[in-house]
Amino acid sequence: VTPASLGAGFLDRRLLFFTGKGGVGKSTVTAAAALLAADRGRRVLLVEVDAKGNLTSLFEHPPVGFDPVEVYPGVSAMQMRTEAALSEYLRLNLRVPVLGRLGPLANVLDFVATAAPGVKEILTVGKVCWEVRESLQGRADWDVVIVDAAATGHVVAQLDSPRAIQELVQVGPVRQQTEWMVQLLSDPSVTALHVVTAPEEMPVNETIELVARARAELAVPLGSVVVNRVLPEPFTRADEPAFEALLDGPARDQLEADVGTGVGAVLEATRLAVSLRRTRAAHLARLREVDLPLLYLPYLFVRDHGLRVTRMVADHLARELGL
Amino acid sequence: VTSTSLEPLLASREIVVFCGSGGVGKTTTAAATGLVAAAELGGRVLVLTIDPARRLADALGLESIGNVERRVPDEALRAAGLEPRGELFAAMLDTKASWDDLVLRHAPDEETAYKVLGNSLYQNITARFVQSHDYIAMERLYDLHTNGRYDLIVVDTPPTRNAIDFLEAPKRMAEFFGGRLLRWLTMPYRLGGRRGARVVNFASRPFYQLADRILGSQFLQDIAEFFLSFQSMYDGFVARAEAVERLLHDRRTTFAVITTLEGAPLREAEFFARELTRRQYPFGAMVLNRVLPESLASVDGQAAAATLADHADEIAKQLAGLDEPVLQEPDRVTRVLRTMAATFRDYSVVATRERELRAEVAGLPEVVASVPAFPDDVHDLAGLARIGRALLGTP
Repeated sequence: VTPASLGAGFLDRRLLFFTGKGGVGKSTVTAAAALLAADRGRRVLLVEVDAKGNLTSLFEHPPVGFDPVEVYPGVSAMQMRTEAALSEYLRLNLRVPVLGRLGPLANVLDFVATAAPGVKEILTVGKVCWEVRESLQGRADWDVVIVDAAATGHVVAQLDSPRAIQELVQVGPVRQQTEWMVQLLSDPSVTALHVVTAPEEMPVNETIELVARARAELAVPLGSVVVNRVLPEPFTRADEPAFEALLDGPARDQLEADVGTGVGAVLEATRLAVSLRRTRAAHLARLREVDLPLLYLPYLFVRDHGLRVTRMVADHLARELGL
Repeated sequence: VTSTSLEPLLASREIVVFCGSGGVGKTTTAAATGLVAAAELGGRVLVLTIDPARRLADALGLESIGNVERRVPDEALRAAGLEPRGELFAAMLDTKASWDDLVLRHAPDEETAYKVLGNSLYQNITARFVQSHDYIAMERLYDLHTNGRYDLIVVDTPPTRNAIDFLEAPKRMAEFFGGRLLRWLTMPYRLGGRRGARVVNFASRPFYQLADRILGSQFLQDIAEFFLSFQSMYDGFVARAEAVERLLHDRRTTFAVITTLEGAPLREAEFFARELTRRQYPFGAMVLNRVLPESLASVDGQAAAATLADHADEIAKQLAGLDEPVLQEPDRVTRVLRTMAATFRDYSVVATRERELRAEVAGLPEVVASVPAFPDDVHDLAGLARIGRALLGTP
């Protein structure tokens, strides 16, 4: 499978999950995918699962809550709150009239969530699936729901929660509820899980492990591996000896005479760039074993992340997808 | 800020807890700190790590996963160019084994212990919950500290969704097992006897009706049975959680927040620093990791890069005059020089950003150490020693 064959199909599925190790730029890539989809006319629901509240800053927008808010033309964002999701679920599905008498819902949820594995996860995934199903049936407006999902260490538990609950709860409404979720999550025409990584040791290790685990344990179809922060290769193999000859000896003296002592910093930066690229190339090579389309996004030498950078990443993503 | 070296903390504290957001280099920094503490300051030092990279684990001799501490051989330290004054030990956290230990310790008898260990809910809770990982990491730390075998324990914290969660873990565990809700939920079963016979009038109450409708009564009964057997361990468990909590607040402990000089990790580090202070944990150090050399943001460098870019072809011609075979093609050398200028400018943007962020960091503790960006991965003791020396501020 090549990235180009993903092409427009990348955005045609209704439910996209993005996961990745901390620090690789998962949220930035997720936001960029949302921006790309919106710029191509899709109505996007962007869901932030981890309660960090940073995702909307990538659109220069203040934090949002559980109710979706448009943060960019065509992109509505919401932050997952399991308590709110539970409350909504009870209201919509069970028509439970007794909530007021149960004391603070938070306590009940805390208890149940700690006692019963996967409750927080199922509420998260359930809310997301609900929005997708409502859209498919014409009751909600989203063309695509894009989720900044849990990090690599937790995402399997998160996406597998409907099945885990099915195993624990044999009968009752919860079991019925999870059945359609499992169907939706495992349908390759609807759902894809994309893994964001960076060409560094731990992110690549975790990506390889996660892909293997997802194939073995999850019914959710894998989409692609997005390799973020790829450094440029400063020199071709043929040019590199010329650079190395400048590092010391008479050539270095000559350079210093021509451009000043500041050339030391220039040489240092370039040498660092060459070494970093070389170390990372080895990790890039290891990624090929995952046997998924690899989308490469360059390292961006920028001051800070905001809408401008989100757009730059979206442009690179579009180029990789041949859009 | 009074120091750029971790040395005073390592010499005076018994526990150093490293925390920070994912991907900033927590595990490596914790290992490096333990290594130089053992090698250069002496004493018995333990590095308790959570999820090290394979090669780092190998370097520390942690090839097999288990809850046992292992001595890192002196020869390995010497091979890395260190002359060990103390002893280095390393251990990896095994969540499941630690939980099982805890149950075995607090259970009133073997029967109860094995009933809990065999319960599928127990297995799920301990294996899958983030909170349970957080708690057990702190509990294991307490255990290792109280056994008195180590002068210093350096601990890496689990990758949590929210970096402060693990601080709350002991308290939350105690609250959880002592909670009113738990007692309420198990009430019909306690009154109905251990067989779990349900008392009719309880089943008519809204809470049980709701729980039944959502979860099914069988599941509810499973939960209740699990907690009934766990209840006999309650007192020991809560006392323990409180002791863990006290240790983390004690002056023998210090917290080090680690970050890179990038927007998001730094904001999280600042948040973490604020929370530590607000909750009165001893916040001793901030570690700035993977910092680019300051020269990359220098005015001199920028001037040199500008001249190189503007006059690359003339300079290339001059260089061709030297007796250096690989500099004889001016076109190639021009290209190389322009690339150098462009590369410097790229890195200069990042180095300048780092310098500015560093100047703005709020709520700094007494010690702020920095570790330079090394181009290669750290996967052996020599690499760790290099980082460790930066943390101590020694050459």
